[in-house]
Amino acid sequence: MGTLILQDGSVFKGKTFGALGGYEGEIVFNTSPFGYQKILSDPSYFKQIVVFANPEMGNCAINDADFESENTDLVGVVIKNYCNSASHYRSRESLADFLRKKGVVGLCDIDTRTLVKKITQVGTMNAFITSNNVNDEFIKEKLAQIQSFKFPSDTLAQVSTANRYILNPQGKINAAIIDYGVKKSYLNALIKRNCKLTVYPSEVNSKEILDNNFDALFLSNGPGNPNEYVFQVSQIKNLMGKLPIFGVGLGFNILALAAGAAVDKMKFGHRSSSIGVINLENNKIYMTCQNHQWTIDSDNLTNIMRPTYKNLDDNTIEGFEISSLAIYAVQFEPYANPGSEDCGFIFDEWMNIIKKDIEKINGVKNER
Amino acid sequence: MKDRFLKKVLVIGSGPIVIGQAAEFDYAGVQACRALREENIEIVLVNSNPATIMTDEEIANKVYIEPLNADSLTQIIKKERPQGLIATLGGQTALNLACELDKLGVLKEYKVKILGTDIEAIKSAEDRELFKNLMQKLDIPTPQSEIVSNYEDAYKFYKKIGFPIIIRPAFTLGGSGGGIARTEQELEQIVSIGLKQSPISQVLVEKSIAGYKEIEFEIIRDANDTALSICNMENIDPIGIHTGDSFVVAPCQTLIDSEIQMLRNKAVKIVRALKIEGSCNVQFALDTMSDKYYIIEVNPRVSRSSALASKATGYPIAKVATKIAIGYNLQEIKNSINNKNYAYEPNIDYVVVKIPRWPFDKFSTGDRILGTKMKATGEIMAIGRTFVSAFKKAIVSLEQKDTGLLNRGFNELTNDELLQELYIQDDRRIFRLAQALNNGNDINKLCAITKINRWFIEKINEIVLMEQELIKSPLDRELYLRAKEFGFLDEEISTLSQNSIETLRDFKIDADFRLVDTCAGLYDAGIPYFYSTYNEVDEAVDFKEKTASESKKPKENIIVLGSGPIRIGQGIEFDYCSVHAAWQLNKNGYESVMINSNPETLSTDYDVATRLYFEPLHIEYIMNVIKKEKPKGVLVQFGGQSAINLASKLEGEGVKILGTSLNSINTAEDRKAFEKLLKDLDIAQPKGCAVTTTTAALNAVKEIGYPVLVRPSYVIGGRGMQVVYNDEELLTYIEEAFKFSNGHPVLIDQYLEGQEVELDLISDGKNILIPGICEHIERAGIHSGDSMSIYPSQNISRKNEKIIVKYASKIAKKLNIKGLANIQFIIKDDKVYVIEVNPRASRTVPIMSKVTGIPMVNIALDAILGKSIKRAGFGVGLYKKSDLISVKMPIFSWQKLNRIDPALAPEMKSTGEVLGVDTDYKKALYKAFLAGGYKFSKSKQRVLVSLNDHYKKPALPMLKRLFKQGFFIMATWGTHKFLEKNGIPSKMIEKFMIDKLQKRMKDGRLSFIINTPTLGKNSQHAGFEIRTIAQMYNIATFSSIDTASAYLSAYKVFDRNTSLEYDTITNYRKKKTFKMFK
Repeated sequence: MGTLILQDGSVFKGKTFGALGGYEGEIVFNTSPFGYQKILSDPSYFKQIVVFANPEMGNCAINDADFESENTDLVGVVIKNYCNSASHYRSRESLADFLRKKGVVGLCDIDTRTLVKKITQVGTMNAFITSNNVNDEFIKEKLAQIQSFKFPSDTLAQVSTANRYILNPQGKINAAIIDYGVKKSYLNALIKRNCKLTVYPSEVNSKEILDNNFDALFLSNGPGNPNEYVFQVSQIKNLMGKLPIFGVGLGFNILALAAGAAVDKMKFGHRSSSIGVINLENNKIYMTCQNHQWTIDSDNLTNIMRPTYKNLDDNTIEGFEISSLAIYAVQFEPYANPGSEDCGFIFDEWMNIIKKDIEKINGVKNER
Repeated sequence: MKDRFLKKVLVIGSGPIVIGQAAEFDYAGVQACRALREENIEIVLVNSNPATIMTDEEIANKVYIEPLNADSLTQIIKKERPQGLIATLGGQTALNLACELDKLGVLKEYKVKILGTDIEAIKSAEDRELFKNLMQKLDIPTPQSEIVSNYEDAYKFYKKIGFPIIIRPAFTLGGSGGGIARTEQELEQIVSIGLKQSPISQVLVEKSIAGYKEIEFEIIRDANDTALSICNMENIDPIGIHTGDSFVVAPCQTLIDSEIQMLRNKAVKIVRALKIEGSCNVQFALDTMSDKYYIIEVNPRVSRSSALASKATGYPIAKVATKIAIGYNLQEIKNSINNKNYAYEPNIDYVVVKIPRWPFDKFSTGDRILGTKMKATGEIMAIGRTFVSAFKKAIVSLEQKDTGLLNRGFNELTNDELLQELYIQDDRRIFRLAQALNNGNDINKLCAITKINRWFIEKINEIVLMEQELIKSPLDRELYLRAKEFGFLDEEISTLSQNSIETLRDFKIDADFRLVDTCAGLYDAGIPYFYSTYNEVDEAVDFKEKTASESKKPKENIIVLGSGPIRIGQGIEFDYCSVHAAWQLNKNGYESVMINSNPETLSTDYDVATRLYFEPLHIEYIMNVIKKEKPKGVLVQFGGQSAINLASKLEGEGVKILGTSLNSINTAEDRKAFEKLLKDLDIAQPKGCAVTTTTAALNAVKEIGYPVLVRPSYVIGGRGMQVVYNDEELLTYIEEAFKFSNGHPVLIDQYLEGQEVELDLISDGKNILIPGICEHIERAGIHSGDSMSIYPSQNISRKNEKIIVKYASKIAKKLNIKGLANIQFIIKDDKVYVIEVNPRASRTVPIMSKVTGIPMVNIALDAILGKSIKRAGFGVGLYKKSDLISVKMPIFSWQKLNRIDPALAPEMKSTGEVLGVDTDYKKALYKAFLAGGYKFSKSKQRVLVSLNDHYKKPALPMLKRLFKQGFFIMATWGTHKFLEKNGIPSKMIEKFMIDKLQKRMKDGRLSFIINTPTLGKNSQHAGFEIRTIAQMYNIATFSSIDTASAYLSAYKVFDRNTSLEYDTITNYRKKKTFKMFK
């Protein structure tokens, strides 16, 4: 019997099925019915306890192909029903074994719907998850403790690569990407589109990027509070206008901050594999994969920022561009995983922008 | 945006309920009409099915209950001049008709625009060749196949591919005429039947990919090219069993994200390529060991699956599809409850299981093997927080005698026998599988035999293990709670664990209700749609209180019990009644609470009743709802036998039954009490008695005299009922009757072969209102549901009519009927007998409501709530007739069910009905046959006649007409001799040379068959053989000489080139034709 303690004092008890231990974190929920392995290995869930709204979990166990990163950065998984007898031809190990190996606490037989409803009412909270059946005294103590939980100051360093590395060296487009906790699907989407990718740690400074004459810079998804990433924002500020910059997820927030907008915490964020967004230019609607807690304050956009996508449900800004500076960003994840790949075309659009930019630069060079 | 030029729209319904096309299209149609009404668009509705809600005058502005064919629709279009036509909501019937009207140029001539998905798209999805080409273009793999229009080509394909081969005819519904061939003989037979049944004589022969996972997507797309996947579903039964006959789960359980997305993307790609504007169902086959897949089928319309998807997710597909059809984009369509738009993909936090309901409990001789041809008449859906609880609940929802998975007779087999039988793919395979698990067989082995995915087998095993644990372990609160979470019923736990129900109740564990909100809890959707679970937080009471605090005056609520899955004997008519009851409750200032388990129906739409509980119609589940709702009472008379059978259990729990009392219900159902009632009222009845043993039955017959009618009590649609002529037959039937009777006695009645008459009445306890009296065309002895019936009666004397009304009034008063009742009479030798009283809504209530214009359910409900029926404004006693004449025609689904004897009997066999309406009896009759799909042809062909001795003489007038009308009679020996004696020429044929006859049928050289069955349930009998083969080739077979005679009358109308006129039901009622001779 394990225990989940929420910041508002509510306590949920359930069966343990993952690792032993206890962790503090932020509690969030995901309503995607599929792709739990991709969610578990998404670094953007760093220090989070993820509640799955989908009640049947573990059905397809864990396979070799579906990891979004090498790490498992979340600290807890809370579900309704755990299925130990998985069945899929690709499965290699059970979800429970995987969590145990990765040190993630898993709780099952939890009334997850009630938990989800609570989070939607109270908002994303700090929480403590433990594989122990703890007593009231312990709960009281923990409750006091978790009130002050914060993402560690080295959050990005923890999920980012320690060293620069290069992928797809034969790629035609010479692109850099800053890894704030990047998902593999992001890298793959760029590689598929013929990018040579130089992946930088989150601590990279603008000079290093400028010195390497990249055709474009991509900012990755990632965890934590964007407002705390002052260094990263300042580096991006230095790069604005120097080369085309594209951001996704946290990258979107960092670009927004660099452009002078404000970024606010949403009550409980957007986390699912099919969240509707509308393209403000042509009114086309797309289903997107999302995992973010922060959003741009739409009242505080700078003049140069033009919103490109909006959330269909709550009207939050899901995309913006500053075409004069060749800055393009979306809050959702066009590379999906889990979820629909409706928006893969955004990468194609971005590649076209890069190609045009390259042509322009070459044109200028030729004139000289 | 909405197309502003649309003022009037034609909606085509799907016609009678048949296997493969059931209530889901009434549900879709009504949703469509309501969506159009919101836009102030005038609706012209055409449907031949009178039991539907869509044919109500409050649903559509103009209701045509007319045959669905090109002639009727052309005339209606000419008259009404609609600007648009919606063809994608009336199933395959409406789709095919729209294609036909397009081909005939009617749509162009009258400038009728096909709304939503256009004809070209429909053709590309439906025509096998075009579809294959499109898939090739989109690079989507189809199983190796060929389109053929003759057997020779099919044979060539087999030589290339080998067996097994799947045969699918083009443009048929529910896989009608298709099948899997494993031998050359089967191939020949199925291909020839398929070619005959396909309206374009085309079949697809396809390499079998049996064993693949079968995955379905419901996609919705608008003109803005927004394409959404509303729901994905996984068939628990792999490819090889028609999806309508498969156990289905939503969402998919054994697929990983990349597989789901791969298939979703392909589905969206197809829907975009087809330019679907509305909803579309896409079916895939997915390999279990790789990501290889095939496209199986695309249905460019709402379907059974889309109804299921709507109920599974709470997303109203038909409504949204209709709004798209009239020009809206998804983000412009709003949910009236929460004002959210419909441009989203629902997420769910529960599991949905669908199980088909098959008619094999009625058709014991039927071929139960499941394949590519659908055999289920209906289905149920269950919602649970986990797969196991949903599955368990679903089994209970089937309303069978057994609620568990085990001990269904398979425990009597040895394990070897059981494993052998496990290869059989029929309706009982899941129960065999459970038994095999209980026997401790290796799961891998069971996977290999059944090809069912291991995950599902493991889940079923969890249920089996729980059952074992309940037997072995002492029951404590913890185990009890776990068993409840698994979905075990108290009565099951009590039996397994040997604890009394009271002990279980002492644990004080109540069910909790959760909301179906389309968003997995993301926001407060406000949708009043619930399902039960255990060990969670209850949301129902909060929801209820919230609505109460929002309204100024708190309202009392009343529960309406629905009628469960569509089955033979209990069809869509009871959904009609339940829905109207709910609406009328609301009009009376009550909150209506609906409980039902059928996903195909309107009653399970969350915006029909004030609150919807999607639960099995089982006493425990109903009591769970009652505990939360605390209703003023429960209505049991609108949900057919399913609901009324619950009355005594409900009263036993202290629940108030509204309307006719339980005591009266029992009086009508209990043999002895009923007999006494009629005796006391001095009403004649056939002699009869109730028996519980075979000896008693034999003794009883000595007194009554043959022929007798043997029937079990408390059953639906005359299950196990039969006319018996001698001791030998009696002994054969009685055993079966005892089995059906389920502990209740078996009834034995004198069989009176007279004129059968029936009526429905509304009573408030003081007065009665009889909208009309119907007479049956077939003489007594055929189930009323299978008889053709005429309103108003044409052949009953004024005197007898008076007697009938008097009897009805006496009975209603004595039983203190509050609400509806149905009474059946026989007139024999000018004497009126009462044979049956059903103190509940009957099959004919929707029909009588429409032909008389009396809203029967509304008045009945008002009466139940204490209002006098006089206030309804229709007077009391027998309501006046108009010039409208209607003929009800039963519709059967023989083509779907192999080896079912189509001979009519006291046991009901029809799945649906159509109505022929006119002001002229003959024309109404002709329309009924037309609507029923009977063929009329100028070139007279052969008619095969074979009569048993009992019917030879009575048939003589009919046979004379047959000859006079120009048919060429072929007769079997006895009949031939009889005809010869009476001067009617005929050609004698050898006693049923089946092969030769079959060839004639295949070549279309046999018009129809008149064959009265020789009594005896001998399936090997030649007559049975001929009748069943004729059904496969869709050749009309009349087993009653009365039906045959009616058909000849209709033929006369056809032969005279009489042109038919079509009008709305409202106008028919108003019409006063000028009659010179009366």
